[in-house]
Amino acid sequence: MSNWIDDRFPATKVWEEHFSKYFAPKNFNFWYYFGGIAVVVLVLQILTGIFLTMHYKPDAQLAFASVEHIMRDVPGGWFIRYMHSTGASLFFVVVYMHMFRGLLYGSFKGPRELVWIIGMVIFVALMAEAFMGYLLPWGNMSYWGAQVIISLFGAIPIIGDGLSEWIRGDFVVSDATLNRFFAFHVILLPLLLALLVYLHIVALHKVGSNNPDGIDVKKHKDENGKPLDAIPFHPYYTVKDMFGLSVFFMLFFGIVFFVPEFGGWFLEKDNFTPANILQTPPDIVPLWYFTPFYSILRAVTWEWLPGGAKLWGVLAMGLSLAMLFLLPWLDRAKVRSIRYRGYMYKTALTIFVIAFVILGYLGTKHPAHIDLFIFENVIWAQVCMVLYFLFFLLMPWYTSRDTSKAEPDRVTG
Amino acid sequence: MSNASLDDGRRRFLTVVTSGVGLVGCAALAVPFVSSMAPSARAKAAGAPVEVDISQLELGQMLTIEWRGKPVWIVNRTADMLQGLDDLVDELSDPTSEQPQQPVYATNEYRSIRPEILVVVGICTHLGCAPTKKFELGAASGVSKDWKGGFYCPCHGSLFDLAGRVYRNVPAPTNLEVPPYSYIGENQILVGVDPQEESKDV
Amino acid sequence: MKKTVALLLFFYSVAGFAAGSGGLKLDHVNVDLSDTPSLQRGARIFVNFCLSCHSASYMRYNRMAEDLGISDEILRESLMFAADKPGELMESTMPVEDAKKWFGTAPPDLSLVSRSRGPDYIYTYMRSFYLDEGTPSGWNNTIFPNVAMPHAMYEWQGNQRAIFSTDSDGNKTFERFELVKEAELSPEEYDDAMRDLTNFMVYLGEPAKLVRYRYGFWVMMFMLLLIGLTYFLKKEFWRDVH
Repeated sequence: MSNWIDDRFPATKVWEEHFSKYFAPKNFNFWYYFGGIAVVVLVLQILTGIFLTMHYKPDAQLAFASVEHIMRDVPGGWFIRYMHSTGASLFFVVVYMHMFRGLLYGSFKGPRELVWIIGMVIFVALMAEAFMGYLLPWGNMSYWGAQVIISLFGAIPIIGDGLSEWIRGDFVVSDATLNRFFAFHVILLPLLLALLVYLHIVALHKVGSNNPDGIDVKKHKDENGKPLDAIPFHPYYTVKDMFGLSVFFMLFFGIVFFVPEFGGWFLEKDNFTPANILQTPPDIVPLWYFTPFYSILRAVTWEWLPGGAKLWGVLAMGLSLAMLFLLPWLDRAKVRSIRYRGYMYKTALTIFVIAFVILGYLGTKHPAHIDLFIFENVIWAQVCMVLYFLFFLLMPWYTSRDTSKAEPDRVTG
Repeated sequence: MSNASLDDGRRRFLTVVTSGVGLVGCAALAVPFVSSMAPSARAKAAGAPVEVDISQLELGQMLTIEWRGKPVWIVNRTADMLQGLDDLVDELSDPTSEQPQQPVYATNEYRSIRPEILVVVGICTHLGCAPTKKFELGAASGVSKDWKGGFYCPCHGSLFDLAGRVYRNVPAPTNLEVPPYSYIGENQILVGVDPQEESKDV
Repeated sequence: MKKTVALLLFFYSVAGFAAGSGGLKLDHVNVDLSDTPSLQRGARIFVNFCLSCHSASYMRYNRMAEDLGISDEILRESLMFAADKPGELMESTMPVEDAKKWFGTAPPDLSLVSRSRGPDYIYTYMRSFYLDEGTPSGWNNTIFPNVAMPHAMYEWQGNQRAIFSTDSDGNKTFERFELVKEAELSPEEYDDAMRDLTNFMVYLGEPAKLVRYRYGFWVMMFMLLLIGLTYFLKKEFWRDVH
């Protein structure tokens, strides 16, 4: 039977190449759980999404009620819907952890530049997927969030207004917008994400996984040509990932069953009111995973900039993402892992993470309020934005003169 | 390496138990997904029993109502119509209603609770077309010259008598379906609900 | 392992952190969905008072009856005024056009108010109506100034006036209420009734809440078992590596 298949389809070959004979470094730590978890969450989102699509109506008149229909009338509907909404937020938790792992251990550095670039494209596609999905419940925050973000395109000179009308298919966010966002959310972007994840893994398995020591595990091999510091992915990492997944699912279902709104972070209060063209919510707050970038958008308030502050805000937000793409070429350090880097990168990364978290917090607050201390939120956001960009812009300088420690010859612990 | 065999047993045990528990988890997870495809509370509400007032239904006339999205015919049969039912036995495929196409309380020669009132789902048992009523007798009906009244399905020519029983040698395999129904008053029929225990004998 | 536990704890603590918001001073209400008699009393108040003008158009009568242990007879006799069939949605019979004519605005649907505003808001709102000659309805509300809605339960609560203090800049601050007309219920009885109503409206906002904690408990137990098993499985296999 297996021969019959293998003669026609490389089943055993694929299994061996990517699981039973794919050698992964044996020193993976906590941070290495998140890639596998992200794949599982993607699968779950697609699965729950399919079942929600069976009951959801992409129609401005019916959308809100159809979500409540799922929550009340459909057997098990509330469970599927909460899995989807919780999954969306946790997807970003997992992906942010996964990306942070890359920053910690230099996983973006050569020869893994393409792994990182494809990963960043996945991140951007995921943001688009989440943004469009958030419009679908047609709550008041869905509506105004989309209204605000789409009108950003209006800041682009000359074509801006025409472009945002084209995206909406109307002069305001409307039924036409809802329908096309639905199409993108359930067909285009999931297909794209699945393809990109496949490419991400193909690229990774071509160059091999990095590890917390950031050294090449293929340098030392035994007499059979097997790397000494690496172990077959299956069974060692499959069982380890199963443990990681179990812990993750405990967290996941804990939220689904006990705190699905997550205190307003995963499901916002204002989204339990149907979209109302005449009434803007008091504060338009995107979901937490967008708030760092939303903060950067709002932090640019300098009207004297040519083209106006709004345009530069949009540009700054775009650039803040573009910087991440450039990471492999900005970093000049000889070593990958933070374990052997000098104090400069360690300090820079710490400041970057703090700035990013503060930006995220400020994105949920009104710019003119004072939520930290002394200064208005917008001032803090500007400071953090500058720190965010300095992490990247100064990187070639500080990484090339950082005093790195000698890397070990073999992996540690 | 001395305890290799011991390890093997432990390992196999843990693998089997974990896989088993994991599979149970997956099966439990599948339950809400599978059940979400069953009729929703809205579908059930829309398919709720329908009350019909038949006080205005004259002898020999037919009334069509909708129940669970299906047409249900209610016919007030005349004495002549009822008498005609006996004569057809040889021409019918299932004259005594052996097939489970009706509730127990409608398994009689009239296929109804009250002899004169026929309640039947107006969907052809062949491929789901809607038959038309042909109550005129003989050639006037356009069916055949010795037609005794009943229903004719225009799709593939299936014929049913005035008790919804199917004729021999037509495509439809079984009699028309009698839905669950009961009387909740002298002239009130509740389609979709079986008669209560105590009123079953009435 | 320690890290993961810490992470779990961190996450659940964040969930509580964002809950408090808004500048209004709201009275806290103890919501308890396991208190079925309270939910039943709340349902009775809801259909008798609220449902005359407001809808709860995502909720079905039979679902409510089933969840709250109300028999079919009681449901039909004393709770279904605006519907013929138990499977129907709880829609108000008041036409939207008439409502706009009478109140200047259509009364909002109440299915999800407990989720968009929170239980404390409902509880406080229902106890904060006061007489005000300056409004079309003759009623006003301290936490929803110039609300179009008149006090639906003034016979229960009695008429109250609001006492405001005025500071040197002329800003009015609400001080307290003063009952000016005796009511059918004592203030304590009225508060209890409003607690029942709020309780019911929390249920109304999310009927699944009645069952989700119970399911959640068993899922958590199962996940603990699975975590234990996968932990030992991983440890067993990784003996080869270490």
